[in-house]
Amino acid sequence: MNAPPDTAASPPDYRVQSRAVAERFRKLKERPVVLDVERLSRSFESEGGPVTALSDISFQVHRREFICVIGPSGCGKSTLIRIIAGLDHPSTGRMLLDGREISGPSADRGMVFQGYTLFPWLTVKRNVMFGLEMRGMDKVQAEREALQWIDLVGLSRFCDAYPIQLSGGMKQRTAIARALANHPRILLMDEPFGALDAQTRAHMQAHLMEIWRNVDITVLFITHDLDEAVLLADRIVVLKAHPGEVQEIIEVPVARPRTPAQLMTPEFLATKARLEELIHPRVETPVTPAEPLPIIRLTQVGDEVE
Amino acid sequence: MPRHLWFTVLRPLSSRRRALLGVGSFLIPLAVWCAVSYLPFLWKPLVRVAEPGDVSWFRAGMLVDRHEFAKEAKRVAAEGGVRPEGTRANPIYLPAPHEVARALYTAFTTRPVLRGDAWLHESLWLSIKTIFLGFMFSSAVGVPLGILCGAYAAAARLTEPVVDFIRYMPAPAFGALMVAVFGIHLEPKIAIIVIGTFFQQVLVVSNTVRRVDPCLLEAAQTLGARRRHLLLRVIVPNSLPELYNDQRILLGWAWTYLIVAEVVGVSSGITFFINQQAKYRNFDNVYAAIIIIGIIGLTTDQVLGFFGQRIFGWRSLKPSRFRTLMTRLFADRYTVLFPDEPEEAKA
Repeated sequence: MNAPPDTAASPPDYRVQSRAVAERFRKLKERPVVLDVERLSRSFESEGGPVTALSDISFQVHRREFICVIGPSGCGKSTLIRIIAGLDHPSTGRMLLDGREISGPSADRGMVFQGYTLFPWLTVKRNVMFGLEMRGMDKVQAEREALQWIDLVGLSRFCDAYPIQLSGGMKQRTAIARALANHPRILLMDEPFGALDAQTRAHMQAHLMEIWRNVDITVLFITHDLDEAVLLADRIVVLKAHPGEVQEIIEVPVARPRTPAQLMTPEFLATKARLEELIHPRVETPVTPAEPLPIIRLTQVGDEVE
Repeated sequence: MPRHLWFTVLRPLSSRRRALLGVGSFLIPLAVWCAVSYLPFLWKPLVRVAEPGDVSWFRAGMLVDRHEFAKEAKRVAAEGGVRPEGTRANPIYLPAPHEVARALYTAFTTRPVLRGDAWLHESLWLSIKTIFLGFMFSSAVGVPLGILCGAYAAAARLTEPVVDFIRYMPAPAFGALMVAVFGIHLEPKIAIIVIGTFFQQVLVVSNTVRRVDPCLLEAAQTLGARRRHLLLRVIVPNSLPELYNDQRILLGWAWTYLIVAEVVGVSSGITFFINQQAKYRNFDNVYAAIIIIGIIGLTTDQVLGFFGQRIFGWRSLKPSRFRTLMTRLFADRYTVLFPDEPEEAKA
């Protein structure tokens, strides 16, 4: 293999994996399949006839895999996760969880929403206890378990606070604890950090990695942030819009454990470049050079800003 | 500190200004009333006769139209008689504030005109009882039904069209019917209040419940909540604060139905008092009774509002002082009951 002389100018192929990474993927694929999405389609009725939001989506998620779904806006990634959660239904196709066909929402598929969706009338502790109580667990035991999960997300000091008193990051940590407390087979996350500021978002990503490493949980994570996808995922399912189809499933060649320091490594950049190419393809027809806007100058001479 | 303008769009008032304006909203109508009553040149279409003079049909204390009085005075003067004297006065239906203020006290202390009639406090108590019972009966069915309608489209479709239809029928129209069904005492009055409140209540409650954030329901479903739990553990607690406020507003409406309800069958309660005092032309007592209704209504609402804010403390960012006080009280009791170990060791 003849390596290009300047790696910065042309990064390595995103499909090239180091031995450790390749080994990890080999092992990962030996694990049992938790979620199997088979030829899933979803179309909506609209005034202008049926609109296909998702078309023929198939992929598998292995146990304790971290999989990201990414795509341009309108590609139906939210519809996809809602169907998997059972909050929407597919037009055709089916989903298997541990080999059994699923339909309708259930506690075995926990979900974290972008809008937090904490119950505002319950304290952090009672929020986390909610799912446990739904299962019929008695209060004392539910409380004990809830406190462990709250501890895990680092909110012990706030277990008696109400959601309105929490910051966005704290709310989302509570939501994660609430979903995890149910021991779901798969954790569905619908752009969970989309509403957070950049710094909190970075913290939450690190935090989520830490949780994922230590808890037996499989994660399906939806995002539109390329960096976030590459940083978190084992594999990235790239969707394309109109209709939403799987364009490519990328195995992320970045070694684990991941840190933000890897954002500049060649593998990272190569993967990101590939995502960029898939999601924002270069338009064939050259864009006509933008005509200058018909604005007359309304400032004084000598007051130019550039 | 910069001085803020009094009128700035969407800027909340300082607590000082809030209090000031709140008092002002009562003082302004009171000031108008005082001006009309006490300033001799304002309005005063009548003359209270002090000395009848030579006008044969004038009596001392009589209220005569101002122009009539002037005409008679002129006529008598022309005939060489003694001119009548009098002071300008307002009609009898507008007593001065101090008279009403006095009546607020004397209405309670005055013995009823006829034996067997109720004292004012008895009338008031009967009215409060009527309202309370009517509102309770209405709420006992209306709130659960409204919640069901808000939660389930089928229940709403089965209920709301007919409720909407009946809602437009004025409650007093059922008066004669209710007397035929329930007799002439308290029952038909309660029934009128129920009719006046219930149908509005179902619609108001169902609309409030319908505003539940669907995302919360979805979240609950992914946490394993099923039909019954979705209703009882998500929809109901989520709507409670709004329902509480709805109930406050509906209670106000129930008061407005009270007066028409109380003339159904045997007139009773505060309405009986008002009508009877009006018959004797004791308008100061009439005003006093109306003001008392207002005071009771406003006080109830404010008290309910006060407790509402504290019961639903999770809606406000600020930790409630009431809640903190409660926790502290109970925490203290806890330490009294179970003193710390070192103290025990000392003992």
